Amino acid sequence: MQRSILLSFAARYLMPLMLVFSVFLLIRGHNEVGGGFAGGLVATSALMLYAIALSPAALRKLLPVEPRLLISIGLLSAFSSGVIPMLAGKPFMTGLWLKSPIPVIGKVGTPLLFDTGVYLVVIGVVVWILLTLAEE
Amino acid sequence: MVLLLAITAGVLFASAIYMILRRSLMKILVGLLLISYAVNLLLFASADLIPARPALVAADSLLPPATYADPVPQALILTAIVISFGLTAFAVVLMRQVYGTLGTDDLYEMRCTDVPCQEVEIASEEELLEEPL
Amino acid sequence: MDPLILLTGTVLSGILLAACAPLLYRRLGAYAAGLALFPLAIFIQLCLAIPALAAGATWQAALPWVPSLGLSLNVKLDGLGLVMALLISGIGALVIIYGGAYLKGHPFLGRFYSLVILFMTAMLGVVLSNNALLLFVFWELTSISSFFLIGFEHHKANARAAAWQALLVTGSGGLAMLAGFALLGKITGSFEISQWIESSAAVIAHPLAPAAFLLILAGAATKSAQFPFHFWLPNAMEAPTPVSAYLHSATMVKAGVYLLARLFPVFGGLALWPVVVTTLGLVTLVGGALLALAQTDLKRLLAYTTISALGSMVFFLGLGTSLAVKTAVAVLIAHALYKGALFLVAGSVDHGTGTRDIAILGGIGRAMPFTAAAAGLAGLSMAGIPPLLGFIAKELMYETTLESTLPALLSGLLLVANVGMVAVAGWVGYRPFWGQPGQEDLHPHEGSAGLWLPPILLAALSLLLGAFPQLAGKWLVAPAAQAVWQATLSVKLSIWHGLTPMLGLSALTLLLGIGLSAARQRLQPAIARFWHALAKFGPAALYPRSLHTVLSFAAWQTNLLQSGYLRLYVGSIILFTVVLAIFTMARQSIQLVLPTISPPRFYDVILIGIILTAAFLVTRARSRLATMALLGSIGFSIAVIFLLYSAPDLAMVQFAIETLTVILFVLVLYRLPKFKQLSSQSAKITDMLVALMGGILMTGLMLIVSAHNSDAHLARYFVENSLPLANGRNIVNVILVDFRGFDTMGEITVLSIAALGVFSLIKLAAGGKKKRQVPLARGKK
Repeated sequence: MQRSILLSFAARYLMPLMLVFSVFLLIRGHNEVGGGFAGGLVATSALMLYAIALSPAALRKLLPVEPRLLISIGLLSAFSSGVIPMLAGKPFMTGLWLKSPIPVIGKVGTPLLFDTGVYLVVIGVVVWILLTLAEE
Repeated sequence: MVLLLAITAGVLFASAIYMILRRSLMKILVGLLLISYAVNLLLFASADLIPARPALVAADSLLPPATYADPVPQALILTAIVISFGLTAFAVVLMRQVYGTLGTDDLYEMRCTDVPCQEVEIASEEELLEEPL
Repeated sequence: MDPLILLTGTVLSGILLAACAPLLYRRLGAYAAGLALFPLAIFIQLCLAIPALAAGATWQAALPWVPSLGLSLNVKLDGLGLVMALLISGIGALVIIYGGAYLKGHPFLGRFYSLVILFMTAMLGVVLSNNALLLFVFWELTSISSFFLIGFEHHKANARAAAWQALLVTGSGGLAMLAGFALLGKITGSFEISQWIESSAAVIAHPLAPAAFLLILAGAATKSAQFPFHFWLPNAMEAPTPVSAYLHSATMVKAGVYLLARLFPVFGGLALWPVVVTTLGLVTLVGGALLALAQTDLKRLLAYTTISALGSMVFFLGLGTSLAVKTAVAVLIAHALYKGALFLVAGSVDHGTGTRDIAILGGIGRAMPFTAAAAGLAGLSMAGIPPLLGFIAKELMYETTLESTLPALLSGLLLVANVGMVAVAGWVGYRPFWGQPGQEDLHPHEGSAGLWLPPILLAALSLLLGAFPQLAGKWLVAPAAQAVWQATLSVKLSIWHGLTPMLGLSALTLLLGIGLSAARQRLQPAIARFWHALAKFGPAALYPRSLHTVLSFAAWQTNLLQSGYLRLYVGSIILFTVVLAIFTMARQSIQLVLPTISPPRFYDVILIGIILTAAFLVTRARSRLATMALLGSIGFSIAVIFLLYSAPDLAMVQFAIETLTVILFVLVLYRLPKFKQLSSQSAKITDMLVALMGGILMTGLMLIVSAHNSDAHLARYFVENSLPLANGRNIVNVILVDFRGFDTMGEITVLSIAALGVFSLIKLAAGGKKKRQVPLARGKK
């Protein structure tokens, strides 16, 4: 495949920006437009842009972990957000919040952990599917 | 607008059903995609349509402004959209493998993968009867 | 010992042991017969419990299992259960030892142990359950283990057919019984059997009581091989002989009798009870004995007399006097002991000579002395000769019929059946051992101790209990009869009553029976011809006919519904939905309300115009690329609609997904087949009509829904509580991650599974690709 220099240049610099934006979407999702699904999809788009502009192998090299590991981490953190309240003697998936907000991120609680899980699962699933297809 | 959307969803359903009834695998795939659009639109428009009032609570209040778009169908649709991507991906790959394995995309030629194409033999009365009494 | 541990522990460890048995056999080999220690331990525990239970105590324990279904592990041990449990565990231990010797070297011996222990556990469960649903579970488990044991030699077609027959007959009876239990549960509001007994007056007064009774009776009659369901039992003789001894004579077939006895306090007062139950028992009693006379195979002879004996137990329960109840219990115990022994003897004879045909067998007693001794004792008990238990049971039988309302008729019929029993006892217990040998050279030899010790023990028990009848009366018959009668009963069994009419009838029975037994060669062919001529009218002939009908119907309707054409499946689903929806709307007179039409905005019209055009064009498109473009335009237009109508989250997700879907298709598009025009013109028109109907239905439904949707209190709850309860201002997101977080968790799990599916589809196919033809796989990178 002929690679477009413009595209690959754009991808290199756009990708980190989009990733940062996706994290931003995730964190503010509880109060503003955004959330784990939207954030995860934006992050995936960024990664796929990179894969198309350079190559699937380049994306593999860039990813610190296997996409399927992302799925397991995501499912695990979503599940643990349900279990943590049980340790505190509350029913499964009761939202627990820290009293004081953390700077930059804002209020932190188990729903944020859950949303992070969703975020990671979405990235893991879509990237895994598309990379598997692309590498075939 | 509700009427228009209802008609649109109906048309989307009709073309989705028509495509699912085709013999070619590819067209059935298109039908699957269409039907998820149709369902999402149907869910979305079955709540009151309110322009430019998302269900967000402003920074200084406890409740959103008096009129707001119903958040429940939105939450339903949001996950449905993502799931339908998973479904599409799975269906695409499945159909590709079916095509690769069987060498055809005509459902009529795949009949024998679902039902036995020879006549099924049923044991006759004599075979079922062992010793009388 | 704590009854809870004893009762539930028995059941649980039995199931565990059944699972491990094949493994143990592989490890231990011949020592695996030590598995008999398990039933033996239960037997001893139960023996120790006899004094307490005979004094009227009951052991009870309950553990909740599925409380919402009214199902609890509610077990209860009383006198009736005790007698059954003693038989089950005692004979079970002997059968495991015997089976180890009988099937020595058989490749499936491990499976035999496993199934027998499973059966034993299930059977103990049946007699210990105080909860009807629990009883049903164990009841079915006995049917299933019986199925596997009859089909033990599964390479034989006959064994497989017999296993099916037994399962279908007892299984359908079991379903009827479950329906009966459900009715009783509805009448009394409980599934506890002791509760049913307490509220028996209310049950009898209820109009549904006869239906419940008949349904439960159907279960009991199929299980206990009562006419007209008796035919499965002789066919079940395909099972290995120890199985026949254990399941099909001593225990499982008595489950129906047990159930009738157990529910006697509930239904005994029903006007239907004496009529139906005595008739059923009487027909089976006499019919079984007469059918037995036509048999020459040892096991089939024993099977038909078992039917007859089961009939007698049912008959006496039907009579329902206190004496009849005692008689039924006595017959049950006596029959289990002598018939179990005789079956084991038949197996040993088969093992030692290679045949079970009484026309061939004869004079083998000298070579097989121990087996002959067991056969002799058990045969004497079956014939009803003092001082064996069978004699006492027979005296009681005559006493009961003579005291009934129809003494002449009932005693006469009983005499006929008992004469048959005596004759068969002679043919099985005497003739093969001491009679004239047939023409063949048999080379009989005695097997190992495992083959003759168990039958001798059983036969000796008949002698012991017969010689000391007050023992049997006080410790076994009385507690069981009291549990059935629900009141104290004095049971005084003895051998000598003086010169009574019963003694006369017994003597007459013996005399006629011995005569019949001696005249076998002259009479048997005639009897066999007679039954053979009747066979095609019997219920056994009905079985294959009805089975064939069911199978043909199943094949017909499967071919009709399972056509293999996706088009027909989807089309019929849609048409059916349309018809159902129209029917419902018409019945509830739901009106189509057109919404107040607000003039659409300019960009609404454009977006909807795009969607409609694309939706139409997509059905006519011939290129894959164009189709993808059209689908994309629909998706993006919908995303814009989301954006315009206050759903920014949705719009964002939809935009992202559309982009990713395009990438997905780019990756695989050229490896997918091209569009082809395959359908005929007429098929297209039909499909178009179906599609139009579906579309119109959805439009209509949507208009109805949106007209009735003014008050959404679910949404109001979420909106009002979003900030106070969940600390979130974006209500859509709060619903997703907090209020309905559990759903979302399910959804991301589904998503992960889809990814797993895609991955494995590709990797699996890649592994086996070389073998397959892959045409058009050209888009190689």
